[in-house]
Amino acid sequence: MTDETLTVEIWRGKDTGRFETYQVPHRQSQTILDVVTWIQRHREPALAYRFACRVGMCGSCAMTVNGRPRWTCRTHVSKVAASGGVRIEPLRNLPRIKDLVTDMTPFFEKWQTARGRFEPSATRSEPMAAIPSDDPERRIVDAGIECINCGVCHAACDVVAWNPDYVGPAALNRAWTLANDQRDGDRAGVLKAVSAAGGCHACHTHGSCVEHCPVGLNPTAGIAGLKRMTLSALLKGGLS
Amino acid sequence: MIEARLYLLQRGSAMLLAPLVLIHLGLILYAIGDGLSAAEILGRTRGSFAWAAFYGLFVLAAAVHAPIGLRNLAREWLAWRGRSVDAAALVFGLVLLALGLRAVWAVIGFGIGAGDGA
Repeated sequence: MTDETLTVEIWRGKDTGRFETYQVPHRQSQTILDVVTWIQRHREPALAYRFACRVGMCGSCAMTVNGRPRWTCRTHVSKVAASGGVRIEPLRNLPRIKDLVTDMTPFFEKWQTARGRFEPSATRSEPMAAIPSDDPERRIVDAGIECINCGVCHAACDVVAWNPDYVGPAALNRAWTLANDQRDGDRAGVLKAVSAAGGCHACHTHGSCVEHCPVGLNPTAGIAGLKRMTLSALLKGGLS
Repeated sequence: MIEARLYLLQRGSAMLLAPLVLIHLGLILYAIGDGLSAAEILGRTRGSFAWAAFYGLFVLAAAVHAPIGLRNLAREWLAWRGRSVDAAALVFGLVLLALGLRAVWAVIGFGIGAGDGA
């Protein structure tokens, strides 16, 4: 990398392919997503990648940058290219479609497997549940609710790589917020879902999800909470 | 549900094993350091209900703990899944239990002549 240009390697292809090298003008406050966009607009019109909001809200632009999963729209080149060039690959642990685009279907299917969807306990004609913001359970939910579904934790997790049944940190983090949500109509169902094979008990507490989560969530703590909650339910006969 | 049970059994047995292993290691150091002969050791353990209970519990906890861990390893590292790995882990646990209890019987004996060949 010189002050003016940046050497960027990008994965082209699907499961088989190659890294192509590009020289990209280096700008101040340039993000990895800026770099990929520049290459597509000026050098490689057929380059496939995914993005939407560009401001760290939508969770669609995650890629592997110099070996680490990152949200590319909020990753500055100056932060990751200090030792030279930049190598960009698709996210790990997900089927590849083309170039930098992965198929997120298994990721979201695992959310469903972990019962990571809200089950209402009231209809819309009933008054809204009043839950104080300082309620202990609500504070737990608030700590985990800001997930942007980017898949970075899923790509960072070694257990996801080893065990195809494992639903992964994002799905379990969502299940944890629902298991603590007083408005959810089937919290026991969440505990049953995460107690199946590939559920919370498969987690090894490596903490890679915490280390890589771009919005600073702690899925490992949530999974540990689910382990405690499911064991308590098991001992009380609530999992049968 | 089965995973939650196995998790509970593995963690529960680990909590039991932690002090038992430390005592066992301390015991080895004590016996070796003091130069106790096999006959002296057997003289202290033969017919002892306390040692039978200690090592019986040790064997039971190990026979529960080890196969669950090996099952996880086989599933994650060897991609060995399904009922065959469950059966293999169960058989391993039973073999561990049988060998362990046989060893306990050889050392404790209760004066019935067991462990004569040991």
